[in-house]
Amino acid sequence: MSNKVRTGLSRYVITCLGLSLAGVTLFGPATAGVLPEDRADVLYFRYDGGGVTINGPSMLVRKSIGEHVSVAANYYIDMVSSASIDVQTSASPYDDERTQSSLSMDFLHGKSTYSIGYVNSDESDYKAKTMFASVSHDMFGDLTTISFAFKSGQNEVFRNVKIDDVKQNDPAFNDGLGKADMESKSFSVGVSQIVTKNLVLSGQYEVITDEGWLNSPYRSVRFFIGTDAQGSQPEKYPKTHSSNSASIRGKYFLPWRAAVDGMYRFYTDTWGVIGHTAELGYVHPLDTKFAGGDWTFEGRVRYYTQTAADFYADIFPRADFSNFMARDKELATYNAITAGFGATYEFKIERFPWLSKGQINLRYDYMTVAYDDFRDATYSLGKFGVLPDPPLAPGTEPLYELQANIFQFYISAFF
Amino acid sequence: MRIRGLFVLTALGLAATGCSSIEPWVKPYDRENLADPIMSFSRAPISQDFLDHVFESREGSRGATGGGGGGCGCN
Repeated sequence: MSNKVRTGLSRYVITCLGLSLAGVTLFGPATAGVLPEDRADVLYFRYDGGGVTINGPSMLVRKSIGEHVSVAANYYIDMVSSASIDVQTSASPYDDERTQSSLSMDFLHGKSTYSIGYVNSDESDYKAKTMFASVSHDMFGDLTTISFAFKSGQNEVFRNVKIDDVKQNDPAFNDGLGKADMESKSFSVGVSQIVTKNLVLSGQYEVITDEGWLNSPYRSVRFFIGTDAQGSQPEKYPKTHSSNSASIRGKYFLPWRAAVDGMYRFYTDTWGVIGHTAELGYVHPLDTKFAGGDWTFEGRVRYYTQTAADFYADIFPRADFSNFMARDKELATYNAITAGFGATYEFKIERFPWLSKGQINLRYDYMTVAYDDFRDATYSLGKFGVLPDPPLAPGTEPLYELQANIFQFYISAFF
Repeated sequence: MRIRGLFVLTALGLAATGCSSIEPWVKPYDRENLADPIMSFSRAPISQDFLDHVFESREGSRGATGGGGGGCGCN
């Protein structure tokens, strides 16, 4: 007896979180002309929203070897407990865990920095191997830094089922192959420019292409049967996906020793999604010590909006309505606002002269997402097989909204 | 075509003069404010990257976030 045990949404959330953590922390284009400082970070995070809880630690260590090489290693664990809106309407709550390890090296040569890295991610139904290479170079009196980066990922997708109450990969998945492949490549160019003694600007352009199994192996679309009933069938996605994104950001030093920054990003892809992201932040250090250390406070607001993918619908007119069909709410039309606040306490310990400084950090963000064309289907389908009383007609349910609390606590040590 | 030609000529002209001839207008001794840790785009990479990809997992958009990008096919 087989049962679906989860939806793909959270699996992709996990994978993205993990891969991306290593992908950027370790492999982001380095500042040319100088190696990153030696440091160790231990982060505990907790994401709680929409029925999904993800928490876990991330540990990052970066150490220089001589004057020209810096090595970074990251170990990361995701612990997931999910009863998301997709899970509520089609499966049972589940728990899962993903581990990831990664390594990168930066080589400094003159005004250029060359970086390479590798990430391995492992969970029960998704395995990913990613390599990365980048180069950045300072020019024009070190006022300008240009960078180029390339990333390549090889991923294997599985579908979990429960057989005799034991979770395992479904051998019938993908027409009996038991797994599916997905390749991803990313190319990006960036430039950072010192404009005045108080202003720095940077821009980045990135192309990402994916090929292979791109949809969730679990999620379904729904469709009308007549006018009052509904049915479901597996999602059908294109086998390719290419996206273009361009961003510009700036940061300005204020007269009273504080900094304000802003960012805008434009996104478009071959699936018809167009996205706009804007962010505004403010960093304010205190002039006087408090509790024996230095304090820095930070506030941030982010706005995001997007249009739906061409093949997205909350409910399709009939079964097999088109070649491609999706009901992933991340492909719907919606807007989101996130507001966050952080505090950093910085200190020195005289007994540890090898420790140049330490930091204790707390951060909290609140996210709210309002969907324009994704409805809360629990009002018609019920939750975990229990029908609502009375059930609403399909297509008349209230629009779905999501609120999430995001906590971070991390300790940083600089050497 | 004229605009494109003008652009090419300008680029060639700049290349012919040599990049080293451009004088930095913000001298190294004027970069004290820029060197302040609060001016870093990401003061805490491990935290900022986590947040960036919470967003990436919740949004259809991806890439150009200032780091190496996503590229995990998470749509």
